[in-house]
Amino acid sequence: MNLVSLALKSLRQRRTGVLLTVVTIALSVFLLLGVERVRVDARRGFSSTVSGTDLVVGARSGPVNLLLYAIFHVGEATDNITWKTYEDIRSMPDVAWTVPLSLGDSHRGFRVVGTNTDFFAHYHYGARQAVSFASGSAFSDLYDAVIGAEVARQLHYTVGDSIVLAHGLGGPASALHADKPFRIKGILAPTGTPVDATIAVSLEAIEAIHVDWQGGIRLPGMEASAESTRHRDLTPKAITACLVGLNSRLSSFAVQRAINEYPDEALLAVLPGVALGELWHLIGAAESALRAVSATVVLVGMSGMLAALLAMLNERHREMAILRAVGASARSVFALLVIESTLLTAVGAVLGCLLLFGVVAIGHDYLLAQAGLVLDLAPSSNEGWLLIAVIVLGVLAGAIPGSIAYRRSLIDGLQVRL
Amino acid sequence: MIPYVDVPLVSCRGLQFRWPGSDATLTMDDFSVAPGERMFVCGPSGSGKSTLLGLLSGVLRATEGEVTVLGVPFSTLSASGRDHFRAEHVGYVFQQFNLLPFLSPVENVLLGCTWSRVRAIRAGATRRAQRDEAIRLLDALGLVAQIVERSRTGNLSVGQQQRVAVARALIGGPQLLIADEPTSALDTANCEIFLRLLLAECTRHGTGVVLVSHDMNLARHFDRAVILGERPHSRMVTWL
Repeated sequence: MNLVSLALKSLRQRRTGVLLTVVTIALSVFLLLGVERVRVDARRGFSSTVSGTDLVVGARSGPVNLLLYAIFHVGEATDNITWKTYEDIRSMPDVAWTVPLSLGDSHRGFRVVGTNTDFFAHYHYGARQAVSFASGSAFSDLYDAVIGAEVARQLHYTVGDSIVLAHGLGGPASALHADKPFRIKGILAPTGTPVDATIAVSLEAIEAIHVDWQGGIRLPGMEASAESTRHRDLTPKAITACLVGLNSRLSSFAVQRAINEYPDEALLAVLPGVALGELWHLIGAAESALRAVSATVVLVGMSGMLAALLAMLNERHREMAILRAVGASARSVFALLVIESTLLTAVGAVLGCLLLFGVVAIGHDYLLAQAGLVLDLAPSSNEGWLLIAVIVLGVLAGAIPGSIAYRRSLIDGLQVRL
Repeated sequence: MIPYVDVPLVSCRGLQFRWPGSDATLTMDDFSVAPGERMFVCGPSGSGKSTLLGLLSGVLRATEGEVTVLGVPFSTLSASGRDHFRAEHVGYVFQQFNLLPFLSPVENVLLGCTWSRVRAIRAGATRRAQRDEAIRLLDALGLVAQIVERSRTGNLSVGQQQRVAVARALIGGPQLLIADEPTSALDTANCEIFLRLLLAECTRHGTGVVLVSHDMNLARHFDRAVILGERPHSRMVTWL
């Protein structure tokens, strides 16, 4: 009979208490790793909100500001880019593709983006995934709209529903473009990016709903009906921002400089990865808070185990004396307790990992749809280190009662004080 | 290995023990126990009975003087060396609560040779043989095989538990059996039966016995009896 099997049998004898301890550890490990997974994946999801896009171009402001309004649809653009400038950028030799973005309208709190069908081909997120349609297809008619997954979920829209856009970014006083209703042509699959909360229409549609508007108000007496507007020239005069893809990444800086130094208009081109990094830096405090919480959780879990081990120690005084009497050294007694806590921690850690795997596997789609969070089933690299740290803590937690038992067994000899 | 020469089983010379963190000192007269001899130790509470047993088993270390068991002075051994020595040569029986409740009675007996290769080999060459020896010992001590195999350790009566404890102390034939009030949890009738069985088994193995009890009536079963005096100086009065 070796120490490990003795420890196992001893643990089996105390299974209720042991089970509770293991569950405590498993939950702690689950929380620790879960928080870490969410943190890493949130960060990755965030930094890959746009991928495959080499430059984001808008009127000159700050990189974070540009990113916020062009990609995250937070705040408003400082200025527009004229259509001519956009066409100049598009015809630059290194530019492979561009996607125009025209912002400024909304629908029940969700932003409307005027773009073209290139958006669905070139806007990539995550590991260079293109957006896909959950149902329907891209807009083809002037008054077609494509809505994001979050819009569809919150407003219970389906393909074929009719919606009316509002001028401006919402609020009770916003004027509606009620004369030109849109039909939902497609619904996008969830992406975990701001696209989910977006309504996409064509640039021409943005132009069409504004033909009889000037300076934010509808011109009286100039109303144009939805049908008559179709026959007008709907070439946009300006856009808000554009995404640029290059033939080669190597030319990023050259094209960026060329755009920043564009003579006719004050423009700003940013590398999305760099700007996203800056933005994440701003909200990084939340990340640290998450870490602190999960570290606390593990400490609480370990204290629980330590308390359980110490409480058991008194009951096990007799066991220790018997083992000493049959020739176990004081070190064996110490080892027994450390083996025990190591086993408890290891089993708890494995259970915690399995629990996390199960929860992520089951909750993956739900989290994506409800929270826009893409969780990876595979553990992130930090998780291995965290697990090692937990096991080390477990071994240390066993060393405390172990050393108490060690000292006692040296002082008390073989007396069994009950 | 211990050479077979005519050395005393136990001999104590100039023994003094001071409890850690206290000034109280226990001083003991010299004494020795011959191989196979049965010594009965009796004394009032606080006379240092348990301390004496701790010293003899090598768990406690004498502050002064020397404990020599089978010709090996304990002062020459490290703490783990004494632990090992105990595993090889000493069987120990407690007053009560001798068994680990999470092991079966047979596993409890086999615990006696877990830390000793010598005793394990002497008990049997294979696991199976060791098991059979454990069952044989239990049978010799009056425990029927069915009881031993079937019942949980916790369901055994105190008398049965003490017999399992003796079987554990004797498996693999140690030279010395130390017992700390092993009969105090038993009623008088059981006590007699138990002690007779214990001593018979010890005789068969040629095992020397040092048994501590406050029950003077037991002394008649022994070759020699000593009474420990009051602290600080425990005089050994040979009484029988």
